[in-house]
Amino acid sequence: MMTPSPGSRILRKLPRENAFYFFTSIGNYTGEKAASLEEFVERVREVNVKSLEFHLYRGDLEKWTDQTLEDGELAERIRSLKSLSPLGDSLRDQLLLIVSKRYEKLKGTSSAKPM
Amino acid sequence: MKVKGEAVVLDDLDLEILQALEENSKQTYTEIGRLLGVAHSTVYDRIRKMETHGIIKKYTVILDLDKVGVKYITAIMTVFTDPKESENVAKRLSELEQVLEVSTSLSEELLIIAKVVAEDQEKLHSFIAHSIAPLPGVLRIRTSIVTRKYKEECANSFFQSRGN
Repeated sequence: MMTPSPGSRILRKLPRENAFYFFTSIGNYTGEKAASLEEFVERVREVNVKSLEFHLYRGDLEKWTDQTLEDGELAERIRSLKSLSPLGDSLRDQLLLIVSKRYEKLKGTSSAKPM
Repeated sequence: MKVKGEAVVLDDLDLEILQALEENSKQTYTEIGRLLGVAHSTVYDRIRKMETHGIIKKYTVILDLDKVGVKYITAIMTVFTDPKESENVAKRLSELEQVLEVSTSLSEELLIIAKVVAEDQEKLHSFIAHSIAPLPGVLRIRTSIVTRKYKEECANSFFQSRGN
């Protein structure tokens, strides 16, 4: 049996209980969720920016990408972004750049055929 | 107390007994009888009938958690749901021990209103994020944390004051 590559593991679809649920503040759920890195990229693009601020500074984004998605590299990049303290659209743009680049890279490696 | 079909009609004495029990359910039949000017056997009889018919559902204890050093917060949560899943969501919420009350309400959308307790804001958030948001049919959630409580009564007093 072949072991899935790290890329395809990170790109897998998660069960709903392990999805990332976007809140704007304590207990206020927006109705948006992401059950894969691909969905996460889409949600970052469109979710209320207050939700991104809320989760970034609580450390929720890095925790989910590290512990649930199991992508330590992406978690580290998100952690570095947090240290720059971006807000609003600037935060969305920078976060979107990080997650979409990571997604494209993993998608490229997981679909590449071995030589 | 009179039983008319499935409805039970309480008289003034029943209501006075209920009021006395609400103030202090540890009172004896004799004490209640003395208070209301009736025999203790009458009080016993009325209470037994109200218990048998399920009017008195249970006797409970109201704790002052602050005095025993228990720190907690209360929140009122409004859960917007897919109408097809609303009943299932309400049932699932009712099974969770952190959820004290669950009601449904029909405004522009179908809502579930629930009273929730947790040790602190972080645990409240974690509970909502991990146990409620993932339930199938939950569309979004609004939560208000209670900062100060001015009054807390059950509906009994209101109906007793209106004379049933």
